[in-house]
Amino acid sequence: MADSNNRRKFFATTFQSVGLTALGGLLWSGYSDAVKASSLVLRPPAALPEADFLKACIKCGLCAEACVNRDSNKNSDGTKREGTLKMAKGGDHQVIGTPYFIPTEVPCYMCDDVPCVPVCPTGALDMKSILNEKEELDINKARMGLAVVHKESCISYWGIQCDACYRACPLQGEAIVIEHHKNERTGKHAFLLPIVHSDVCTGCGLCEQACVTEKPAIFVLPIDKATGKAGDHYVKGWDSKDQERVANAQAIHTENERSAQDATDYLNMEVSY
Amino acid sequence: MIANMKYLLLRRLTQTILLVLYFGANAYGWHMLEGTFGASHLFGVVPLSDPYTVAQILASGFVVGADVLLGAFLITLFYMVVGGRAFCSWVCPINMVTDLANWLRRKLKLDKEEVNYRFLKRRTRYWIMALGIVVSAWVGLAAFELVSPITIMQRGIIFGFGAGIWVVVAIFLFDLFGVKNGWCGHLCPLGATYSLIGSKSLVRVEHNHENCTACMDCKVVCPENQVLHMINKESIMVTSGECTNCGRCVDVCNDDALKFSIRGFQLSEGKKEK
Repeated sequence: MADSNNRRKFFATTFQSVGLTALGGLLWSGYSDAVKASSLVLRPPAALPEADFLKACIKCGLCAEACVNRDSNKNSDGTKREGTLKMAKGGDHQVIGTPYFIPTEVPCYMCDDVPCVPVCPTGALDMKSILNEKEELDINKARMGLAVVHKESCISYWGIQCDACYRACPLQGEAIVIEHHKNERTGKHAFLLPIVHSDVCTGCGLCEQACVTEKPAIFVLPIDKATGKAGDHYVKGWDSKDQERVANAQAIHTENERSAQDATDYLNMEVSY
Repeated sequence: MIANMKYLLLRRLTQTILLVLYFGANAYGWHMLEGTFGASHLFGVVPLSDPYTVAQILASGFVVGADVLLGAFLITLFYMVVGGRAFCSWVCPINMVTDLANWLRRKLKLDKEEVNYRFLKRRTRYWIMALGIVVSAWVGLAAFELVSPITIMQRGIIFGFGAGIWVVVAIFLFDLFGVKNGWCGHLCPLGATYSLIGSKSLVRVEHNHENCTACMDCKVVCPENQVLHMINKESIMVTSGECTNCGRCVDVCNDDALKFSIRGFQLSEGKKEK
């Protein structure tokens, strides 16, 4: 009798422990996964794609410390300016302890020596991704995000002259250009429209900070949120380089009952499904 | 009075100095100790990193830089010598919170009876340690680092707390009104990691049974008092890796029956270490 009681107790304890471990593991996983999902965030220069970045970042804050402690962090009146990079705290709704920045508060000033990147110990900030041909750090190669213009709230698109974003852009005339269009409404004025070139824009956010509208009409989004993808099956027939991609392509022939007819025939046929 | 607090004061001093150095690295640009416990640079050169964090990152499927691997190796080596959980009592900022909770517990006499929690054993932390690695691999993200009150508190001090302060408050309340030594002694997977790392460490507390008067003051203050099973029984070293080398037992012993020593060099007479 005592024996079977012991056995019963052993099994009960074992199953309860396994159950609790599984419950704990599921809750923990669920929480971690949910936290990971909030991805509308701008990372420091040279950051790996978000999913890899979140794996790699050890939350040490060395990048933020390098960013904050710059002699050049001064306002025009000489007072100390806040650093760009913040470390996500509880309540920031970002993965806790990871570095990020908010352009409307402090944008990235694109320091020439890029102090935040070489100090990263894990490789979450990948120095290789911003090296130029001379193997030097080149902040212009950083892609922290991409500036997007919301035409309906941008007063330049209303016909009011404003080039605040263009003037704030560190790559003025390359990342943001001004295009002139005729204002048909007045017949004698021009629209001076800011156009962002995604192959040059680093996502520093100086334009967003400079924007004069109540809520910025130009704003930086994470690259993957601000871009589309045409996919492999579109080929630029006028581009001999792009044509090479399909040099060895094989046509796929599908045979079915419709193949007997001409396409114009069966497409005009009444089909009942 | 002060004589009975020698190691306590030394620990508070060490913990405070470390936090001040980390704080200064961010606030004033000092280069003595930059970063956080996850990864640091000592004097701007020597990399240091937390082995459990690095293990989680590796489990998540990312191969970290050599800097971090070297850092984790150095830290592991250091704590293999001085006792793994010396991190807990001499470095970790949460230790100050849970020690305060524990002290208040004693003052408020909240520990009248011994409670046996069915699923909250001291070995629970090893399960959580293993689970942390499994969840990291499963989700693809260093899982404990998302919830670790240790780095939340440390980053809070360096960069500002935000809502993270409530995690620290929760740990304090849990240890005060919930389970005695609940966080550090039962749950913390980092402490579990350091228990394993320090299981063969050289710096150990030694008990001299001949001098012991069985006052049991040491067992009252010890945050891991299961490691003091030899008190008033045999003159051996405290060999368990769960001993945090905090030295509180040495502090409170009025009979010269406990002192720091080196494993393998038994000073007092009596039976040799098994």
